[in-house]
Amino acid sequence: MAGLWHRLGPIVTVVIAIFVLWYAGAVALNAAWAQDKAKRNNIELSFSELVADTMSQKKPKLPAPHQVGQEIWKTTGAMVLKGKAFSKRSLLYHSGVTLSSTLLGFAMGTALGIALAVGIVYNRTMDMSVMPWVIASQTIPILAIAPMIIVVLNAVGISGLLPKAVISMYLSFFPVVVGMVKGLRSPDHMQLDQMKTWSATDGQEFWKLRLPSSMPYLFTSLKIAMAASLVGAIVGELPTGAIAGLGARLLGGSYYGQTIQIWSALITAAALAAALVGLIGLMQTMVLKRMGMVR
Amino acid sequence: MTSEPVISAKNLSLTFETNDGPVHALKDVTLDINKGDFVSFIGPSGCGKTTFLRVMADLEKPTAGEITVNGVSPEEARKARAYGYVFQHAGLYPWRTIGGNIRLPLEIMGASKAEQDAAVKEVLELVHLDGFEKKFPWQLSGGMQQRASIARALAFHADILLMDEPFGALDEIVRDHLNEQVLELWARTNKTIGFVTHSIPEAVYLSTKIVVMSPRPGRITDVIESTLPKERPLEIRDSPEFIEIAHRVRDGLRAGHEDDA
Repeated sequence: MAGLWHRLGPIVTVVIAIFVLWYAGAVALNAAWAQDKAKRNNIELSFSELVADTMSQKKPKLPAPHQVGQEIWKTTGAMVLKGKAFSKRSLLYHSGVTLSSTLLGFAMGTALGIALAVGIVYNRTMDMSVMPWVIASQTIPILAIAPMIIVVLNAVGISGLLPKAVISMYLSFFPVVVGMVKGLRSPDHMQLDQMKTWSATDGQEFWKLRLPSSMPYLFTSLKIAMAASLVGAIVGELPTGAIAGLGARLLGGSYYGQTIQIWSALITAAALAAALVGLIGLMQTMVLKRMGMVR
Repeated sequence: MTSEPVISAKNLSLTFETNDGPVHALKDVTLDINKGDFVSFIGPSGCGKTTFLRVMADLEKPTAGEITVNGVSPEEARKARAYGYVFQHAGLYPWRTIGGNIRLPLEIMGASKAEQDAAVKEVLELVHLDGFEKKFPWQLSGGMQQRASIARALAFHADILLMDEPFGALDEIVRDHLNEQVLELWARTNKTIGFVTHSIPEAVYLSTKIVVMSPRPGRITDVIESTLPKERPLEIRDSPEFIEIAHRVRDGLRAGHEDDA
């Protein structure tokens, strides 16, 4: 029991602190609107009435956590109960749309990142030339380049899932390149000399030494890449006219001042990211344990 | 011995170019190692003992002079898998079992599964690690890991075993134990062994030939042929003969240092 509290205690404390701050923020930010309303109706609000009002407005500046919670339930669990889990009003539907381009972009980004890292480690010309471009690619604001990617790909007849995945790839290949270059170079001189004493080929050195050695670096990179990929997918949904996806919900919400809808999309995106990163963390623990790299 | 020496170096020099000017790691080193010899290289750091071993293994290229291993260049000898090399650290792959680590050079060399199985069994027995095939490196002590690394160097049946301070990181008691085992292994396999150390008792206890080296430039100052019998219990280290040889090694080391003082 003490052990469980030792692990969960800090997490619970932080969560409680976040909720306290959030409610306090909701009261403070929404109070002005509540007072305005009361003045127009010539009503004097007591403190408890004021607090109650700040937490039940239709378009609050900052929705209270339970409002967001209700909205999320209304658009997920409740829809499932009604048998309309994947209707266009369901957050599950929108999450699914975002998830599919996140995963596709993540897979493409990981593949591209590993390929570039192998090139950089094994080819002197690439070593000297590729990295500055890789870094430069990340200094361009994604919001600026995302519409261009959509437009260009549309012009060549590619639309739908792929352009969004390309934007995810654009963000997610970077941590993989950086991590894998470091990982593939992590074997020390002795290990490389040892391979030489056995007259190992470059291929054998790669598969038997460099690649296994890079695994801890790969998984760390994949976690960052996954989070970046989700951001890419959401950003990619904005210029497509906000038809579907969590990005579309964000944009749609901001058109109509639906702050509760915006926040519920935000929270859902965060939960999705946490779940995906957690999944990679789980794989990391399993793989590295099997490889004897963590104990 | 009438046959050709296994390793023959003639006026071998190796100079590293550094920012502080050239460093003479080896200068005019001439030495023959015969089949079945156990040769120790001893000297202070910077005397070139490790560099010499690395030249034999084709991990460094000499800048002058000649060296042959099994009658051919070190590079050809390396490609013919003429030697096994044991580094100071065991360097076992954590993601492979002990058996898997020993298989590694055999996989690289394209040995069949049956050959691998036979070799793993044979060399594990040689280093007294039978039954540890399925264990992972972290489950073994430092001394056992180093034995596994020796087993790995023996796995592909090279005639020459080159060892670079293999027991340098281990404590005295473990080291004594491993020295005994190396002698037993040498007697059973009749390999030619090159052994770098900076321990005088270790060098005297193990070797048929002790090569004393000194730094700046790295060179050989004395070559001592041991008069100890091939059969050597640990107690031999208290015999007058042993102390006599150790004394000569110490003198050689001191002589090499005189120009420093």
